[in-house]
Amino acid sequence: MAFPVPAFAPDIIRQITEAVPQLTALGATVLRVEHRRTALRLDWREDLVGDPWSGLLHGGVITTLLDSASGMASLSSAGAVMQIATLDLRIDYLRPARPREAVIAEAECYHMTRSIAFVRGHAYHEDGTEIATSTAAFMLQSSALPAGTKP
Amino acid sequence: MIDLKSAIRDAKAKGEPGILSNAIPYARFNGIVLETGDDGLRCNMPYQPHLVGNPTVPSLHGGAIGALLESVIILHLLWETEPEAAPRTISMSFDFLRLARPVDTWARCIVERHGRRVVNARAEAWQDDRNKPITLARGNFLLP
Repeated sequence: MAFPVPAFAPDIIRQITEAVPQLTALGATVLRVEHRRTALRLDWREDLVGDPWSGLLHGGVITTLLDSASGMASLSSAGAVMQIATLDLRIDYLRPARPREAVIAEAECYHMTRSIAFVRGHAYHEDGTEIATSTAAFMLQSSALPAGTKP
Repeated sequence: MIDLKSAIRDAKAKGEPGILSNAIPYARFNGIVLETGDDGLRCNMPYQPHLVGNPTVPSLHGGAIGALLESVIILHLLWETEPEAAPRTISMSFDFLRLARPVDTWARCIVERHGRRVVNARAEAWQDDRNKPITLARGNFLLP
């Protein structure tokens, strides 16, 4: 798939992500920012647990990671720093995240129009065990697209 | 730690649904409180700076709203059915209709179908205006 805007700024996307208060609070860190593909990492913490009787992470933690990784993937595809907003997000929980293990959330923007970015994501443990998959659509602030861009 | 069923019964005996949400670490982390409103059970998530997802706009993180919506469904089911273990989320789907401003947010759950093994539920989150939801959610949950 040809993407018309190859110029993207991984350092700026990294900076923007590292300044997100909810991600900082969760202790999430940026693993990778590539063109169209990004990844975040989160270490297990007791205060992020959704079910204290089993020690499982709250689904909302996975939601935040996948939403953020997907937003970053949209930004990295856009080739320009712009405001984006999640339009919709669906998450399938394949299996519970294992207690005390880190989670990686990875996302790929597989299609982009002038106004919408379509993103797939998944969350997994370091040994590759899949936890969740996601699909999302993001609204792009179209006025911020470079002049002459034809996605 | 007391078991789930005792935690639910304790909260009910004291008439304080907030005791139940307080037992969930991540609900506590984001300040989500189960309460009884005019129209039944709901969750409140008072504004806190660490809930912000976009400091430029500024707006709350979609994941924080997502956590609120998933929480209100699970807490609602715990409160209503007093199960031995918490329901497991199979899938969640969110539609973000309006900007989540940095203010207090509420959410409520509507159970569509309570089957023997699976619950299909909806939830909606709103801020100042109850009739203008900021986010809609739909989820399927596996019962223990």
